Amino acid sequence: MTAVAQDYSPTRRARIGGWDSTWLLWIAIIAVLLFLVVSPFVHLVVTSFQAERTGAFTFQNYATAYGRARYVDALFNSLQLGAGAALLAGVLAVPLAWGCSRTNMPGRGFVRMLVLATFITPPYTGAVAWILLAGPNAGWLNRIFMMLTGAEAGPFNIYSFPGLVVVIALYSFPYIFIFTSAALELVSSEMEDAANILGAGAWRTMRKVTLPLAIPAILGGLIICFLEAIALFASPAMIAIPARFNVVTTQLFQFFGNPVRVEVAAAYAMPLLGVTVLLVLVQRLLTHRKSFATLTGKGGERRPIDLGAGRWAMFGYAMLVASLSVFLPYIFLIQAAFSKAWGRGFSLENITFRNFHFVLFEHATAAQSVWNSFLYAGVAATAGVIITLGVAYIVARRLVPFGGILAFLCVAPFVIPGVVLAIGFYAAYAPPPLALYGTATILILAFTTRFLPIGYVNASAAIRSVNPEMEEAVRVLGGSRLTALRRVVAPLLKRNLLGAWLLIFIPATRELSSAIFLYGPGTKVVSVMIFDMSEEGNFEYLAALALILQVLTLPLLYIGQRALGRDFMLRRNAT
Amino acid sequence: MSKLVLKNIGKSYGDFDAVKDFSLELAKGEFVSLLGPSGCGKTTTLRMIAGFMPPTSGTIEIDGQVLSSPAGVVPPEKRGMSMIFQSYAIWPNMTVGQNVGFGLEVRKLPRAEIERRVDRILEVVQLSPLKGRYPAELSGGQQQRVALARAIVVEPEVLLLDEPLSNLDANLREEMRFEIRRLHDEFKITTVYVTHDQSEAMVTSDRIVVMNKGRIEQIDPPHILYGKPKSRFVAGFIGRTNFVERDGGTYSLRPQAIGLSAVRPAANAVEADVVGRSYLGEYWDYLAKPLGETKPLRVSTGPNSLFDVGQRVWLEIDPAAMVRVEQ
Repeated sequence: MTAVAQDYSPTRRARIGGWDSTWLLWIAIIAVLLFLVVSPFVHLVVTSFQAERTGAFTFQNYATAYGRARYVDALFNSLQLGAGAALLAGVLAVPLAWGCSRTNMPGRGFVRMLVLATFITPPYTGAVAWILLAGPNAGWLNRIFMMLTGAEAGPFNIYSFPGLVVVIALYSFPYIFIFTSAALELVSSEMEDAANILGAGAWRTMRKVTLPLAIPAILGGLIICFLEAIALFASPAMIAIPARFNVVTTQLFQFFGNPVRVEVAAAYAMPLLGVTVLLVLVQRLLTHRKSFATLTGKGGERRPIDLGAGRWAMFGYAMLVASLSVFLPYIFLIQAAFSKAWGRGFSLENITFRNFHFVLFEHATAAQSVWNSFLYAGVAATAGVIITLGVAYIVARRLVPFGGILAFLCVAPFVIPGVVLAIGFYAAYAPPPLALYGTATILILAFTTRFLPIGYVNASAAIRSVNPEMEEAVRVLGGSRLTALRRVVAPLLKRNLLGAWLLIFIPATRELSSAIFLYGPGTKVVSVMIFDMSEEGNFEYLAALALILQVLTLPLLYIGQRALGRDFMLRRNAT
Repeated sequence: MSKLVLKNIGKSYGDFDAVKDFSLELAKGEFVSLLGPSGCGKTTTLRMIAGFMPPTSGTIEIDGQVLSSPAGVVPPEKRGMSMIFQSYAIWPNMTVGQNVGFGLEVRKLPRAEIERRVDRILEVVQLSPLKGRYPAELSGGQQQRVALARAIVVEPEVLLLDEPLSNLDANLREEMRFEIRRLHDEFKITTVYVTHDQSEAMVTSDRIVVMNKGRIEQIDPPHILYGKPKSRFVAGFIGRTNFVERDGGTYSLRPQAIGLSAVRPAANAVEADVVGRSYLGEYWDYLAKPLGETKPLRVSTGPNSLFDVGQRVWLEIDPAAMVRVEQ
């Protein structure tokens, strides 16, 4: 080879030491995380000890928040609701998860698809569908019951505590399904074979071997479900308030109503926050315990268990669950969306497209709200992916000491329920100088914070999948760290990052519990719009809008499935 | 003047010394191996040379300029070196041609010049027909050649290789070590090669640095290392040997340096019993226990020298082949 290379060789004359740009990045990320995570949290706590106008230190907010029996009752209602919903969700989810991942139940792919359909149904959409199904008197299930039996009244009343438990369980069981499937898919057939060979039948093997191995994961899923239930705002607001009982989130909403008593709300949010932190710690302990380690190794070979004729019973159960969470709700949502009046039932002259036309073109803010949701979710998902990718990279490559703090801040919002987060954002950024209340900015910031943990889990898994030598090879050949990121890391992670983006974007388009406390007249998002319509009783318009939201999600699901595999939303790092 | 100089390099993590007091000078165009068992500090040393980690003591210099010291490190991209990694680190998102041309692109060579050099080097490593392929379509050996081409094409000041053959199967490994030496003879790049495989080091290197527990045991050309090991560790690590205690010292005696015969030879012979044997195709490996001794000696003979277990034999030992080693 010729000796020309010398002229082009990278300058080795660079000085030792010097300013390292990674520190600049580190400081920038710290600042962003302080703003997004630490400041709202600190403001939440501080505000709860401040007098309303003066800002002086006081315990009065706590006295007010827990001063009435019905306020305290709401706390206990939430706990009962969470426990009831989690247990029922477990009953729905665990057999399905086992059937799908370990048996020869027919239609496993179909059942998974239906679980996904349940998962992407926002809780408020599910709640509205169930109001159509099981509202007293007018609800379809009651009407069908009366028609079949000739009775005067139907037995179902959604506006009740059990009604609320059922509705919440039906739309949160996918969490348990995801956790349980993930665990069951790591139990090797050899462990089950070992039991079989000692004389245990399929049923006994499941009870004695498979289930106990999956129990930590199931408990973890139950806890997530419980937390989801107590943090939920929409379904309780639609069902509990007409049924004349309160839970924590609806009570918080009332403290937030006119006039806004954010100090009392902050004080009242503390038990919700405390319970969440505690249970998330328990959940982490459970899934990281030693006994669970057997499940994290190589799964070994897995064969579906032959259920014989029982496989059809299994399939029947799956269809029953799916009927309650998908088939019946969507049939009657679609019916309502295409009806002049949903109560008039299925007839040709009742069919109309007016509802869609109205929400898309005539309603003052409905179409705008859909656009707002997608815009805010898009910006939040992009910001979330960039921030978490930066943190995950810094942590994985150990670029700075104490990188673990950054990682902690990214996952910390996981323990902050949406309503509590919103109160923190209100306390931190509604007052001057920022005065962000009601702006698009505060909604985007809140969404970004809320979904940072999902982003981080995915970004960190993605980064860890790239061998550091790939980057070192760039650097040793003269490329900077940035060149390595741009030319090698980013292209290799394209799919994963798209996945992380979608896993933030899809739930962010549905987010209600933080939005309801922060939106303004021009920044209504579709979830708030749907909630408003339910308060006005406009179920036809509402159903049309809810269906539009679902239909708009389908292309995103398709893209995600093409890029990452069919069950990308049903993996553990999706929650 | 020496090309690459490592002066009293050390790397410690708390109380643990991964590398201690490591000094080495490479002449321009020299090929030196760092050889030792896993955990001996050889990869740590290599990564310090590359600039991926700072030393906790000592300095690293190229052409008299300090690149690394505890005070700071010139980053890898400013050192003008190349490195071949254990995992090859071939970028799966680029074709063979793009992989090989990357370093030239970073150096902002004109497009046509890049193409010319890439084509030339691909010819040298016999990959010309695969220029447009993606790495996933290549075999392990072909990926290894891409890694070699990518590292050599930039004509680096120093070429570093980190166990580059450990992921290949045995036949390919043997072929590739001759390939590496051939490329070195062609391009004369100053090279540091890390391996735990003594035959790799011996085939490729001008000199070998034997390392153990973070320290240098011996630096010498392969034949001296084998013939005159300084320490018990080196004698045991490079080839097979017998250790004989005599006059209060330990001596290394290679199995090939012992003659084996059924009848008594002229002089310096010891009577022994054959207590074990294995046939390895190219030679016989006998265990013979001298009368009155407890420890048998290993003796290598040609494949045609046949002795039975239990047979009385004579061992012929050349005193000059006994090398005194340190403990």
